[in-house]
Amino acid sequence: MTSLVLRRIGYTVFFAVILAFFAIPMLWLASAPFDSKPGLGLRWPDWTFGNVTATLEHPYALTSLVNSLLLCGLAMIVTTVLAACAAYALSRVRIPGRDVLLYLLLLLSSVVTGTAAMVPIFVMMYQLGLINSQYGTALVIAGGMLPAAIFILKDFVDAVPRSYEESARVFGASPGQILLHVVLPIARPGIATIVVWSFVQAWGNFLLPFLLLRDINSQPAAVLMRTLYDEGGSANLTVIPVFSLLYSIPVVVLYLFVSKRYGFRFHGGIKS
Amino acid sequence: MPATDSAGLGRGRALAFVAPALVLIGIFLVFPALWSIYIGLTDYTLTGPSSVNPRIVGADNITGALSDPLFGNSLWLTLLFVFGSALIGQNILGFTLAWMLRGARRWLRRLVEGLVLLAWILPSTVVAYLWVAVLDRDGGTLNALLNTPGTAWLVQYPMISLIVFNLWRGTAFSMLLYSSALDVVPPSQLETARMVGAGRFSTLKDVVFPHIRGHVLTNTLLITLWTANDFTPFLLTAGGPDHRSETLPVFIYQQALGSGALGYASAISFLLLLVNLVIALVYLRLLRRRG
Repeated sequence: MTSLVLRRIGYTVFFAVILAFFAIPMLWLASAPFDSKPGLGLRWPDWTFGNVTATLEHPYALTSLVNSLLLCGLAMIVTTVLAACAAYALSRVRIPGRDVLLYLLLLLSSVVTGTAAMVPIFVMMYQLGLINSQYGTALVIAGGMLPAAIFILKDFVDAVPRSYEESARVFGASPGQILLHVVLPIARPGIATIVVWSFVQAWGNFLLPFLLLRDINSQPAAVLMRTLYDEGGSANLTVIPVFSLLYSIPVVVLYLFVSKRYGFRFHGGIKS
Repeated sequence: MPATDSAGLGRGRALAFVAPALVLIGIFLVFPALWSIYIGLTDYTLTGPSSVNPRIVGADNITGALSDPLFGNSLWLTLLFVFGSALIGQNILGFTLAWMLRGARRWLRRLVEGLVLLAWILPSTVVAYLWVAVLDRDGGTLNALLNTPGTAWLVQYPMISLIVFNLWRGTAFSMLLYSSALDVVPPSQLETARMVGAGRFSTLKDVVFPHIRGHVLTNTLLITLWTANDFTPFLLTAGGPDHRSETLPVFIYQQALGSGALGYASAISFLLLLVNLVIALVYLRLLRRRG
């Protein structure tokens, strides 16, 4: 009997500690943005919306969020379109050397990380005069995401039955029509996953924009966030909490959307 | 799965479909990886005469690294970081959470999983700042909770802080992987273990572990690779104070852009690439054997 009680207590304590450990750092994100005197510590806020106004008036806050949208939107579109085409062809057509290619892609997706390749990528973009180019940076980010994106999408396409395409073909549809009207609608969950996944990856990416976009006018939110707190100073404490919240919301919303709509699909090895 | 060209694409068009992706991957992943070998053999710098006319110095960068105490230091710190936060920390906490949550009430399970996942998906600059705030010397929540005013955690205990931070940040992956792995363990075997009165430890060791051995290896390899390449420590401590938390990624950055020693930094990046390659090869081999 006592051992059962002890077990019950142990169980409760375990989860209490876990909840505290994971929740405490995040609670600040809920309280500080709306506190009239935000500090670094956690406290019940003295409610105000003044910080929001101050953040919106900050010279770079909104610009950086727009930059993030542009950078991630572009990287997402490039990744999704190129990965979808490649995944479809690799799933359906036996191109010579396909298996080797797939193996190399899988290898590349985990070996060449942003950290391991930062020096050559920086040197390359520097010599090409593409430092501070948002388009260039978006392409670098897309290039890094492509191998994993191709793999996730190929899994989806492999699972799509060929009979739809075959019957469309029997009725005389051209390959283009089949792709647009048959394959694309069926592969939509896969494409939606890649859209969200690539956007979220690019949105959180700090290292590449930090390396390649040195001008504050072209920097995305990830980099401005760092600039704001690296400089320190009390003035920024009105801006940082609201700004972190604004910057975090899209990621959370997109994850909720995907997990609600398609269930939380577990793709081993693709976050980072 | 046999590839049958069901849409009638044809090889030529199929190649045209794959080519753009391969070009981008070639330019931004394959080329930089190979080029890092070449840059690593030179004395290329960001500024000064070597920035215009870099000389080939051969293996000087590598031999220089071997006698550079800062490199040794960062190698050691990276090992500590990977070992403490991933191999031990995330692995054990992730498994414990997955195990404990199986029988938990629905609301508790959702709450814990939600919080752990949130820590994983929030952008790295935001979570880094959340921890800078929690650990702050003057106004930080941790000092208020522990009643240890004036403790500057990131200055006095930088590595421990980073390890705890990464445990918080990355446990979600292990938790998710182990909870899907635990679904594979047949409930009847657990029931039998209980009936014969097996202790919790021997149940885990003799009943659960044989079923999830492959998952443990997969998980360990992946989190090792990610943690070794994680740049987030830069956002918390930037390697300081006095190089005491300078893990390999931060070291590479500081050498390349802090000191401008691009050749030297590139040689070290190449070493990191090699380590990644070895881990990834082992991982793929495992996947293949299981598939």
